[in-house]
Amino acid sequence: MQIQGLRSGYGGKPVLQGIDLEVGKGEIVAVIGRNGVGKSTLMRALMGLLPATAGQILIDDKDVTQVSPHKRARMGIGYIPQGRDVFPRMTVAENLAVGETLLKPGTSPDYDRIYQYFPVLKERASQRAGTLSGGQQQQLAIARVLVGRPNIILLDEPSEGIQPNIVQDIARNVRDLNRELGLTVLFVEQNLDMIMLLAQHCFVIDKGQIVARLSAEDLNDPDAVRRYLAL
Amino acid sequence: MLEGLFAFLFQFGDAFAFLVLSASGLAIIFGMMGVINLAHGEFIMCGAYVTVTAAQAGLPLPLAIACGSLAAGIIGIILERAIINRLFNRPLDTIVATWGISLIATQGTLILLGSTMPGVGTPLGSFSVGDYSFSEYRVVLMAIAVLLMGGLYLLFHRTRYGILARATIQVPHMASALGVNTKVVHSLTFGLGAAMAGLAGGLYAPTMTLVPTMGTAFIVESFVTVVVGGADVFLGTAPAALILAFIKSGMTGLYGQLFGLIGLLLTVIVVIRIMPRGLSGWLLRGRE
Repeated sequence: MQIQGLRSGYGGKPVLQGIDLEVGKGEIVAVIGRNGVGKSTLMRALMGLLPATAGQILIDDKDVTQVSPHKRARMGIGYIPQGRDVFPRMTVAENLAVGETLLKPGTSPDYDRIYQYFPVLKERASQRAGTLSGGQQQQLAIARVLVGRPNIILLDEPSEGIQPNIVQDIARNVRDLNRELGLTVLFVEQNLDMIMLLAQHCFVIDKGQIVARLSAEDLNDPDAVRRYLAL
Repeated sequence: MLEGLFAFLFQFGDAFAFLVLSASGLAIIFGMMGVINLAHGEFIMCGAYVTVTAAQAGLPLPLAIACGSLAAGIIGIILERAIINRLFNRPLDTIVATWGISLIATQGTLILLGSTMPGVGTPLGSFSVGDYSFSEYRVVLMAIAVLLMGGLYLLFHRTRYGILARATIQVPHMASALGVNTKVVHSLTFGLGAAMAGLAGGLYAPTMTLVPTMGTAFIVESFVTVVVGGADVFLGTAPAALILAFIKSGMTGLYGQLFGLIGLLLTVIVVIRIMPRGLSGWLLRGRE
């Protein structure tokens, strides 16, 4: 996935001021920054939920900048929004079934495998999603896109509203998925633990622009990362 | 005594069937899309006219009713594509637009087909309990109302369309981010609501005079049921129809038809005051 000069915002109010970044196949890349610098806006623009006012989004060298969200999703992008956005009045199993829409024609969902990663979802398959805890909703939101076998997942602040020990579980799960399924992961985050646990390298965003790029070595130094988060 | 009880139960069932059948289309479109469809009565009229035309052309009545329902559904899908989806998230504009459709449909029918159309007689016979005689067709309508609720429940909970339609109403942007074409879902849902209205028209066509304004005979009851029930078809429309049918048949039996309607309207006023989001809003409070 390549992003070039991407600008976007809400109703003529620009938030993203020309974002350039690149995510290679099979990588886990973080975009980090404080509150309100455009992290979620970037995710929404990548998914097509916000129109791009300038710039380009390329997936497998195909320009998808003007493609509608549902078609973009069917090209293999799984979006896990901030706040999870599970369908609250539907059961866990029904939530997962919606994810089947992402499947390429002729493929079938592999629920056994998904329940292996997230056993709690099997136990609660017939429970309403709105009654799950924050961590369980996060797992459901991840599992819901995995049903559709995406190539890349966009994770918006996976640590938000989740207990620290669950943050570790989720980071481990995502790393396993990346290793075992070759899943590409792009996530935005401001939680230091999640960044250090998950990211292979990362971009720092401030005022709607990428201001720095941190390599794997830079990520080994918590103080350096903390400095960027306090930017 | 028993005869009186049966007569009351029959009136109750008849009122329940009328409320469920006339309101379900309106409730689906309001509950699943947030659209208040003022052309609801005209979809009912369309279903009735097509049913009678098909029956007079020689089709058996059940098939003719299916034609009426289908015709209303197809017209619903076309109108949704042409007009309603352009007004998405503009509820007040949608009300004006559907009201306009309603006026065009009524006057258009008047101009093209005249002020009235010969109907078909009520099918089936009658049976008597004690001194009273009852129409068998009305009993069939009661059974259909109950089956319709069951059928709609299965449609929204057991089919792919139903799951995607519920996902779309609950978190629209997330449904589209999961690959759901929400435009198609909206068209189908509007078409389904219109088809349900057409079904009501077809089912009641044999019992009514066919005039272009016949939709208004359903409008008060259907809106009252949806307002009392709220946005959920199953937790709202069905229990609202039960309560309203009880009040309507009770008041009608005791004081006459006028008081039946007064009872309905008083119930709405009380319900809106206590439960602004209707029965289903009240039952589901604190969830989400």
